[in-house]
Amino acid sequence: MSDRIMRELSDRFGDGAFAVQPTADKIPTLWVAREHIRPFLGFLKNEAPPGYAMLFDLSAVDERQRVRRQGLPASAYTVVYHLLSFDRNEDIRLKVALSGDSLSLPSVCDIWPSANWYEREVWDMFGIVFEGHPNLRRILMPPTWIGHPLRKDHPARATEMAPYRLSDEREDMEQEALRFVPEEWGMQRHSGDSDFLFLNLGPNHPSAHGVFRVALQLDGEEIVDAVPDIGYHHRGAEKMGERQSWHTYIPYTDRVDYLGGSMNNFPYVLAVERLAGIKVPERAQVIRVMIAEFYRLASHLLFYGTFAQDIGQMSPIFYMFIDREKVFDIMESISGARMHSSYFRIGGVALDLPEGWDERVREFIDYLPARLDQYDRMVMKNSTIRRRTQGVGTYTSAEAIGWSVTGAGLRATGFEWDYRKARPYSGYENYEFDIPTGQHGDCYDRCAVRIEEMRQSIRIIRQCMDNMPAGPYKADHPLTTPPPKARTLHDIETLIDHFLNVSWGPVIPSGEACVTVEATKGLNGYYLTSDGGTMSYRTRIRTPSFPHLQMIPQMCKGLMIADLIAILASIDFVMADVDR
Amino acid sequence: MNTGLGGAMDIIGILLSVIFVSAMLIWVERRLLAVWQDRLGPNRVGPLGLFQVAADMIKMFFKEDWIPPFADKPVFVLAPTIVFITMLTGFAVIPFAPGVGIIDFNFGLLYFLALTSLSVYSVVLAGYASNNKYSMLGSLRAAAQTVSYEVFMGISIMGVVMLSGTFNLREIVEAQRDGWFILPQFAGFIVFLVAAVAESRRAPFDLPEAEQELIAGFHIEYSGMKFGMFFVGEYLGITLSSAMIVTLFFGGWLGPWLPPLVWFCLKTAAFILFFILLRGSLPRPRYDQLMTFGWKAMLPVALLNLLATGAVALSSA
Repeated sequence: MSDRIMRELSDRFGDGAFAVQPTADKIPTLWVAREHIRPFLGFLKNEAPPGYAMLFDLSAVDERQRVRRQGLPASAYTVVYHLLSFDRNEDIRLKVALSGDSLSLPSVCDIWPSANWYEREVWDMFGIVFEGHPNLRRILMPPTWIGHPLRKDHPARATEMAPYRLSDEREDMEQEALRFVPEEWGMQRHSGDSDFLFLNLGPNHPSAHGVFRVALQLDGEEIVDAVPDIGYHHRGAEKMGERQSWHTYIPYTDRVDYLGGSMNNFPYVLAVERLAGIKVPERAQVIRVMIAEFYRLASHLLFYGTFAQDIGQMSPIFYMFIDREKVFDIMESISGARMHSSYFRIGGVALDLPEGWDERVREFIDYLPARLDQYDRMVMKNSTIRRRTQGVGTYTSAEAIGWSVTGAGLRATGFEWDYRKARPYSGYENYEFDIPTGQHGDCYDRCAVRIEEMRQSIRIIRQCMDNMPAGPYKADHPLTTPPPKARTLHDIETLIDHFLNVSWGPVIPSGEACVTVEATKGLNGYYLTSDGGTMSYRTRIRTPSFPHLQMIPQMCKGLMIADLIAILASIDFVMADVDR
Repeated sequence: MNTGLGGAMDIIGILLSVIFVSAMLIWVERRLLAVWQDRLGPNRVGPLGLFQVAADMIKMFFKEDWIPPFADKPVFVLAPTIVFITMLTGFAVIPFAPGVGIIDFNFGLLYFLALTSLSVYSVVLAGYASNNKYSMLGSLRAAAQTVSYEVFMGISIMGVVMLSGTFNLREIVEAQRDGWFILPQFAGFIVFLVAAVAESRRAPFDLPEAEQELIAGFHIEYSGMKFGMFFVGEYLGITLSSAMIVTLFFGGWLGPWLPPLVWFCLKTAAFILFFILLRGSLPRPRYDQLMTFGWKAMLPVALLNLLATGAVALSSA
């Protein structure tokens, strides 16, 4: 499969143009010279038929402290381009090695519009310059920040830094940096016949769904331009991954898309298991699918309610919160926690299902469909809702792919592609469910697709419930967490393993793996690099919401403020999922 | 002129009861919405949470009376009183029952229209004086919305005036002895109802404050008792509108068995509840959709209603 693209690339660029790196996730990984990267990417997107249409991720690694490089090309910083081809149903990863004294690369913003924010992020986090980038400014860190946080020499904890002091000059400087200057945001103050009104929507605004800011340039109430500003929710989740053990990082993932709960554990534990070569028992796989679909329901129910509320309908959110509460009750009875259950473990799940779980699950999935029908009548069939959302915030499939839009936002354009179908993980190939799609790619369709996804989730949960296999809920493997204890008091090797694994955490073999799942808001991937230690060397979290927000200016130009609110609601983003 | 009206007892009684009812509506609305939305609502202060309003009032009185430094101070202070005063004085012409009321005025209906028009100044000035962009957008919306819906409100009740031949509210009620005007004036009633919701700036026509868009719109900078006046003013507004709907279309105090005043209060309460239910159920249209709906749907209906009523009145005369 992957040989084909290698052949095509050698035919086009010659055999010596790239070096192949084996990875645990089997994604073809090529090292390309800096001057070749643009031709390679251009070829992969436009010429290699069928092309790699989506820039799935763009990130970097500080390689300076990596010990087990296993013959990889010398590099101080490596920039990683991860492309996705829907037609081939295949990914490819291109890596460019940079030496410490010339940290620059040509920008690819003209090939993929979504590269804009990704390149800004890499600049912000690593200080790698992208030549020809239209607006290479900090994106997650404040403009006054000194240093590049994901470099290995940047401190990770407050204890590694000098005590923080805010002097008067520093405070004035920080205040001054907050001043809004339209020109810096690429906006004009006047046009031929009118002065524009600049409206600062957020980061503290009821409809911004968290700390998200959009600077609006208005002509009356019409939006001339909108510039999203993110980073207010940045907590350094990727940096934290470099100082938590493989096991203790699991609860951090819950809080990335904090409405998705254990759905976030999914790609992370899958990636660790891929690195460690752990095979998960069947029962654990089914439990994981069931839990993930429950969290999809919880997330979509909240989306549905806030969507209606943002259009000014006051009541639906309360009904949906009640249903969501029932989901959390079930989650609590299974895992002991509600929103952030951190229920998945390396090699399985934390606990076996409790007695009587199936009755509670059955009760809920028998109850919810009637409620969803009721909500359809209340919200989706309401003529005002239709008028407010149909034909508002539209984009085509091609635009969506160019902007790296995934999930319901992509399917609403009529593009039938679901990761669970295209590349089944955790046994999704065994379930019967449909991929709901829309037609128009507008706010209404995005909501309609999610509602239908809830019905499909109910179907999947029912199949999980009816076909729950017996057997262990966690793999019998020394690297699973918590480690197997049964034989510890019988033989010394198991005792040592157990002791080390509990006190230091498991040592995951060196290598790289990226595993992606169809999360609540789109494709969520964890790209883990292990240097053979008890902690990850680099944890890259590819979240769906990050590129989604980048599309806002394009979606709302020429519309009114009320439309922007509907668009924001229909994207279904969570700021922690954007900023990490 | 009816000489039984306007005594000190009437004035004090009506003033106090209207303010009391409007304040209690805060509690009623919160509890009712809670019931409809499967939750509890305020139920901690006093039996059934009845003293919630008192607690809220105490809180508001003791809040810092803060005026933003960038605001236009005199106008900022004046604005919330306008809505309060215009709404309260509106009750002067309401015919609560025979012999109960403050003034019997030949042009009562026009007086009511004039006062509701004045109340928009409160919102516009508040938005302007706050010197805040969100407030400004809110007050612009309020101005456009109120001016537009005023037109249909006026036209919609002309049918009632034609049928009864008077602008005097008491005589309009008396004219409904043979049948409430809701039947012959159904179209007029619908237009008046929609316009009344729009005038009160409540959901679904709450565009001037549109929480999800403008956060709180025109009163974003207000706090303490100044905000309280907007708050109670809104409930005064729906009480006044409900009372007018009852007077014009539902026979005012008329009704069998029960005393007239009880009938009037019951009917008014029913419409107040309707206003609250409306808020709990309908989403908000977009600003331009609201305008289109007003000028392209409400205005023609109101005009046609006027035309038909005129024709019927002429032919029967």
